[in-house]
Amino acid sequence: MTPEKLTYMANQIATAFARRPEDEAVAAIAEHIDAFWGPGMRAELLALAEAGAPELSPRVARAAHLIRRPQAA
Amino acid sequence: MKDFILPDPDFGTPAWASDRTVTLSIDGFEVTVPEGTSVMRAAAELGIEIPKLCATDSVEPIGSCRLCMVEIEGRRGTPASCTTPVAPGMKVHTQTPKVAQLRRGVMELYISDHPLDCLTCAANGDCQLQDMAGAVGLREVRYAPGANHFQTRQNGEDNPRYTPKDQSNPYFTYDPSKCIACYRCVRACEEVQGTFALTVEGRGFEARISAGGSDFLSSDCVSCGACVQACPTATLQEKSVIETGTPDRAVITTCAYCGVGCSFRAEMKGDQLVRMVPWKAGKANRGHSCVKGRFAYGYATHPDRILNPMIRNTIDEPWREVSWEEAFGFAARKFRAIQQEHGIGAIGGITSSRCTNEETFLVQKLIRQVFGNNNVDTCARVCHSPTGYGLKTTFGTSAGTQDFDSVEQADVVLVIGANPTDGHPVFASRLKKRLRQGAKLIVADPRRIDLVRGPHVRAAHHLPLRPGTNVALLTAMAHVIVTEGLTADAFIRERCEIDAYQDWAGFVAEDRHSPEATEALTGVPAGDVRKAARLYATGGNAAIYYGLGVTEHSQGSTTVMAIANLAMATGNVGRPGVGVNPLRGQNNVQGSCDMGSFPHELPGYRHVHDDAARGLYERLWNVTISDEPGLRIPNMLDAAVGGTFKGIYIQGEDILQSDPDTRHVASGLAAMDCVVVHDLFLNETANYAHVFLPGSTFLEKDGTFTNAERRINRVRRVMAPLTGMADWEVTQALANAMGADWAYAHPSEIMAEIAATTPSFAGVSYDLLDREGSVQWPCNAAAPLGTPIMHEGGFVRGKGLFVVTDYVPTDERTGPRYPLLLTTGRILSQYNVGAQTRRTPNTIWHAADMLEIHPHDAETRGITDGCWVRLASRSGETTLKATLSDRVSPGVVYTTFHHPETQANVVTSDYSDWATNCPEYKVTAVQVSPSNGPSEWQQTYAERARAARRILPAAE
Ligand code: SF4
Ligand code: SF4
Ligand code: SF4
Ligand code: FES
Repeated sequence: MTPEKLTYMANQIATAFARRPEDEAVAAIAEHIDAFWGPGMRAELLALAEAGAPELSPRVARAAHLIRRPQAA
Repeated sequence: MKDFILPDPDFGTPAWASDRTVTLSIDGFEVTVPEGTSVMRAAAELGIEIPKLCATDSVEPIGSCRLCMVEIEGRRGTPASCTTPVAPGMKVHTQTPKVAQLRRGVMELYISDHPLDCLTCAANGDCQLQDMAGAVGLREVRYAPGANHFQTRQNGEDNPRYTPKDQSNPYFTYDPSKCIACYRCVRACEEVQGTFALTVEGRGFEARISAGGSDFLSSDCVSCGACVQACPTATLQEKSVIETGTPDRAVITTCAYCGVGCSFRAEMKGDQLVRMVPWKAGKANRGHSCVKGRFAYGYATHPDRILNPMIRNTIDEPWREVSWEEAFGFAARKFRAIQQEHGIGAIGGITSSRCTNEETFLVQKLIRQVFGNNNVDTCARVCHSPTGYGLKTTFGTSAGTQDFDSVEQADVVLVIGANPTDGHPVFASRLKKRLRQGAKLIVADPRRIDLVRGPHVRAAHHLPLRPGTNVALLTAMAHVIVTEGLTADAFIRERCEIDAYQDWAGFVAEDRHSPEATEALTGVPAGDVRKAARLYATGGNAAIYYGLGVTEHSQGSTTVMAIANLAMATGNVGRPGVGVNPLRGQNNVQGSCDMGSFPHELPGYRHVHDDAARGLYERLWNVTISDEPGLRIPNMLDAAVGGTFKGIYIQGEDILQSDPDTRHVASGLAAMDCVVVHDLFLNETANYAHVFLPGSTFLEKDGTFTNAERRINRVRRVMAPLTGMADWEVTQALANAMGADWAYAHPSEIMAEIAATTPSFAGVSYDLLDREGSVQWPCNAAAPLGTPIMHEGGFVRGKGLFVVTDYVPTDERTGPRYPLLLTTGRILSQYNVGAQTRRTPNTIWHAADMLEIHPHDAETRGITDGCWVRLASRSGETTLKATLSDRVSPGVVYTTFHHPETQANVVTSDYSDWATNCPEYKVTAVQVSPSNGPSEWQQTYAERARAARRILPAAE
């Protein structure tokens, strides 16, 4: 998946929880991504977050710390 | 083979529901029936069949033939038993010298205007007129043929009363010379189907049935078959019966087309299917059907069906027919080699919403146990995954709340993003029946669907919203309900999480959500939204039915939750007549989701994170199941392009045609080393396949389908698989070729494994289904006969959860280059990608996909009715023919996607639902311009497809 598309999808999730208070929203984003995204997509997202990709929403960037680490496949 | 020869007795008049009962005596036998029941029906309950011609229990009686007269002690004359209600203490005599003589007289009159060609008549042996002549003991006809309707010539001239047979409908004929003017057909068309296509022309002896137009085909008739079913004579007759004769046995099975899941009697002669007749005891359809299930089964024996397995090394080679063994060995070797080289996760599979629960269960088992990963997905993602997410979040289960019977108790019905008369026709008929009884209808749809203005049906409100603004509209309705104090406070306090409710109520009450504030977004006049919201909240039992127009959006999941919020806020959950009801597209969308077809879910919607659920299967299957979600279809394709995903097993789906972004799918498939397609036909996806495993139709296998009301219906094998193997056997053989040791001898054993491992199916078994006909899950110790209505005592998740639904406009926006919004849908006679219906005479109603465009938009572009147009979006372009229509608003265009040549998905965008990535099919910004023929993509595609379909003759 292209980084643009991945970023777009992660930000879409952040938008859906936008009205929640910061901490709650960050947790909800991480939980949603853990539940629905396979390890490959999560690894790509985490790499983006690590690299400080500017297009990632700040909440997704924060949620990255809570997202389950995919095992190296 | 198990045979279900079930007699289908005709009680003469419909059942009557009443709390009070009446006891009477008929021919000396006492019988107790609900008040309001007819004498005829009461007698039938005793097993006494009173002769009848104009009465049948699918329609209300009219008392016209007078054959059913009886004598009642203390009453004068001979009343018609079909129109006489029972009374307490009544003493009825059904056979007296007087009525016997009168009946003979009636029959004599009928027969005098009827051709006596019984021996060569298509209804011979299956004709009520014949039966009744026998029953009343008719022995002579004293009238010389005078004025009549059946002689072509009379007195050396053309008989003016004679009308030739109408053979225009592809499935049945109308032969007026045999009509006895009982009007059963007219009433069936009105009462059962609700189309009002038939009328009576002329009066008395001159009366004839007319389909309005010049013939049936050009009339309003939708070919549902209800009139054919009701006709007591050969006047309306299935062409298949004319060709083959009467059937000699019947097997009860389930339609394989749409999510209504109608029950049918498959009427057979040897192993030849003579006709499909809707089964009266079927709980989803109650004896009704649509043109697809009733007539469009010819694809099962279409010459295009592939009957032998085929393989090839590369997709530019022609296909080579091989034995089953060779095909399984070839696929198994390739799959294992891929895993050796690229890892366990380099292969995966796709389950089908068209196959049975048992088959779907086996495919996901194949992937989880034998492939050893969670790379399983289903095409249900492209339609209803937001339903699963939305309803699970708010209510606690991923399914609709009601049974179809529930609509009979609804007072207000909100239909949003669904077109039931085309997509779910039998449900539509049941809905229309309720609307004619006075229930109110609200339609929220960009297009003026048939329900908005039909015969004897008028929507109270049509809210023609701009595509993509569902959430804004529903939140505006919630705004009205909350700010005008129309909420069901007691229900909310008792059943819902109160903090979440207050948060939600505060949110929707904000001014920016008012109908006035959102009018500019949705395009729906604020006053209409207010009225519709008030009606929904205060009109009595209010039910919501929705379809793909809700789910296939970037906010699909949010819209489902907005719908659930509305239902909870007004207390419309948990009893008959209300609820939230997704109308599922394909026959087994519900079942394929239930059976663990998603990469993150085991059967029964248990997440792969759930250690207990995983443990259960790990012990049973003796494997380790990863607690990581596997790849979804788009991820598989991405990984294929990236070189890490190399093989796929696709059962009964045509992802090239049904999934978004056709080119991406094509390049993904092209990058794989082993694509195994298991289907009836060489579908579009098979152009990229290396192994083709021929599939079997629903007529050739045992199993179950689960319909939109969670009803598990039996599919019964009526003929042997033409390929020698039913689909579940094929999956089993493939698994075994890869080293598994499966030994299922019958699908009932697969169901036993499902029941043993899935709590909501714990009580399901073939024995139970044979006994009960069908059950709705959850079916377990707490609900041994299933659950027609969910959330009755409380929500499955405990307390209902209100979720704030902020409107987020889709990024698919119109602009100067793409100023129109395209939305897509389906039509009655075709089904999904059309692989089946295109191979039946149904094409007579829909030969090609057309683009509906408003006359204003057409005019400014120089487009005329029927001309070729180029339909272009940011993703791609295609061409098709235009039809001008004011059913769509200016600014909106509409098309169906039943034909592969159209390639509508070349045009649709890449956007998807935020929660489930269900693609946003319902909104695409497009431009339309005149064109002179098929696009380049269409032309090259057609060439490629032809080349990819070559088959070498089998080597001896
Ligand atoms: S087939 Fe159905 S729609 Fe057509 S005339 Fe008969 S009942 Fe009416
Ligand atoms: S067509 Fe058949 S059902 Fe209709 S009036 Fe004639 S005999 Fe009766
Ligand atoms: S297509 Fe749907 S409505 Fe039509 S007969 Fe089949 S299940 Fe019933
Ligand atoms: S059946 Fe009663 S009048 Fe015809």
